[in-house]
Amino acid sequence: MLNVRSALLHKKPEAKTVTKLTCLAAILLSSTGIAQAADGLSIESWRSDDANIWSDVIIPAFNKSHPDTKVNFAPTPPTEYNSALQAKLKAGSAGDLITCRPFDTALDLYKDGYLANLNDLEGLKQFSDVAKSAWVTDDGKDQFCMPVASVLHGFVYNKEIFEELNLSIPKTRDEFFSTLETIKTESRYIPLAMGTADQWEAATMGFQNIGPNYWKGEKGRKALLTGEAKLTDKAYVDTWKELSEWKPYLGRGFEAQKYSDSQNLFTLGRAAIYPAGSWDIQTFNNQADFEFGAFPPPVAKSGDTCYISDHTDMGIGINANSTNKEAAKVFLNWMASKEFATLYANAVPGFFPLSNHQIDIKDPVAQEFMSWRQQCESTIRNSYQILSRGTPNLENQLWNVSAQVINGTMTPEAAAKETQDGLEQWYKPQQ
Amino acid sequence: MTPSNQHDEKKPFPWHLVFFLGPGLLIYVVFSVYPLLDTLVLSLYNEQQGQSNFVGLQNFITLITDDTWSQAFWNALGNNFKFFAIHMLVQNPIGLLLAVLLSTPKLRLSGTYRTLIFMPTMLSVVIIGFVWQLLLSPIWGISEDFLYNIGLGQYFDAWLGKEGSALITLAFISVWQFVGIPMMLIYATLLNIPDDIVDASVVDGANSFQTFWHIKLPLILPTIAMVSILTFVANFNAFELIYAVKGALAGPNFSTDLMGTFFYRTFFGFQLQQGSASMGAAVATLMFLIILVGVMLFLFFIQRRIQRFQF
Repeated sequence: MLNVRSALLHKKPEAKTVTKLTCLAAILLSSTGIAQAADGLSIESWRSDDANIWSDVIIPAFNKSHPDTKVNFAPTPPTEYNSALQAKLKAGSAGDLITCRPFDTALDLYKDGYLANLNDLEGLKQFSDVAKSAWVTDDGKDQFCMPVASVLHGFVYNKEIFEELNLSIPKTRDEFFSTLETIKTESRYIPLAMGTADQWEAATMGFQNIGPNYWKGEKGRKALLTGEAKLTDKAYVDTWKELSEWKPYLGRGFEAQKYSDSQNLFTLGRAAIYPAGSWDIQTFNNQADFEFGAFPPPVAKSGDTCYISDHTDMGIGINANSTNKEAAKVFLNWMASKEFATLYANAVPGFFPLSNHQIDIKDPVAQEFMSWRQQCESTIRNSYQILSRGTPNLENQLWNVSAQVINGTMTPEAAAKETQDGLEQWYKPQQ
Repeated sequence: MTPSNQHDEKKPFPWHLVFFLGPGLLIYVVFSVYPLLDTLVLSLYNEQQGQSNFVGLQNFITLITDDTWSQAFWNALGNNFKFFAIHMLVQNPIGLLLAVLLSTPKLRLSGTYRTLIFMPTMLSVVIIGFVWQLLLSPIWGISEDFLYNIGLGQYFDAWLGKEGSALITLAFISVWQFVGIPMMLIYATLLNIPDDIVDASVVDGANSFQTFWHIKLPLILPTIAMVSILTFVANFNAFELIYAVKGALAGPNFSTDLMGTFFYRTFFGFQLQQGSASMGAAVATLMFLIILVGVMLFLFFIQRRIQRFQF
């Protein structure tokens, strides 16, 4: 009878199988976790793409100076990372080092007691406050993850098209728009490769890319947090105004153009300028057979201080229940060193180390992006810290309204009003 | 119940029923009934910082009266009704038409047509979404050239990206994919109609339209009713196509947001939006209630009036 029943059980479709697989996966994950914890250090991460870089480059380099500590990089795919990590932490089987998502996801882990306090970590001195802001408690007192990498925003351009049309790199907004106009009138190239179908491009590559120049980077971002500034202020409305002016320079049917379409338009040489995130460098290196360069978001008039979005994307912390905390601290301090920063920046162009070291990056475009940190003031995306905690969610609203402003279905003023109204509904300092 | 007792009664306890129904029932209860009830219970709680408190119907009141939630909710519900209406007005009539055409005895290669029309139904929604996005893409797509070739070029637009047309376009894609199901069901019923009834109508002097209208249609009405129910339930649970093509934010400006995507954002969260299990359960409960009410209305007012015929 038992046999019959189990045979029946096996035959039951989806729901059953999924649960079984989940159980199986949970068992496997937890058992590997335990096995790793037993010898040396184990790192939890979502960067499964970088697994080779860690095992072939970074860990051997660490072992040169610290031959006694075995390190194991144990990534989980990005979409499963948050839930898998949560489960492992609850079960007590997570690795010693935990790669931290920025802001609330990591903050919740710290509040639940899963991440150790890092206030006395020597290596933290190598990082600026902006870099550390993604992994600090709201009152700014406790640091729970050390910054690892950030992504920068700017514009990537096709050098061949620029040469063909005798264009120079635009420094100011007027130059930027006259460049776009020249490309539009004198060639068949698409001036700006961006679409609004996925919405996030409008917010991330548009609003957060050019915005810091309007709201003066950190100053404006902090003012929003304290309630001194409102999203209906001139700085924000003007950002959306500029976005609305992008519309004539986007490709035909940009409303249905997706992120991959934009990337393809650029790498196929059909578009001249691409509002970029630095992570695009890797894709473009692989796919574009022409030379491309990058320029930071143009400022109002030449000589103005420029501001760039230098968004903290990845940190690393210590599992509060780790049995090997001392070794973990040694490893973190090493990750704060110049050696790690150089290795990492060159292995993964487009992800930039956040420490204050001067490092050499070999990739020319990544180098260009990196150099803006010297000329410009860094800030992070303004919706990420605290402001996206409530309902309605500010980040989601920014996606929606920015896409609509570019589509021309919403005025910049209406976009400002909608987001500000949303914020006022739940955020005390803005009420 | 001892063996000696069993002997006295008229019928012994039907243990074989337990044996055969038990495993299925157990699985059904554990993986379907229990989660459903648990969802209903969860929707009455409020979870904050890992603590859950009983709040009664508060989640539902928030969902329907609070502006931030209700706007999204009514928008999703309205879109869902549009989505359903398009399926009822386009998918099922076309399905019926195709079934009637396929069942014409003179039609050659009907097996081939049947397979071809049913093919998209078997493909993954993700593939369908991807293929149609490419076909309709203003950058790489062939639909623009196609329209120019038949002289309608000026009507081409980025349909999937415009607020006014995105939902309708998606509904048509979904219709294209699933039209095979009503076709197959109706086709099977049509084949079941005995030839002598049809022959009798022909002898009585009915033309083919009259035969269809007066003889065949009444006989397949129960199937059409069942198809409508299936469409209703499937449409109000629809999620994959929207998610595959437009993402969970269902743009532009939430014009393609259905109950499914709204539930997804609420329950699992999205980007920086943290998911809320209890609020998500409330949305899921409302979805369940809407489907339940719809099916009940249908059963009471339509299904009861339909006569079934036995051949």
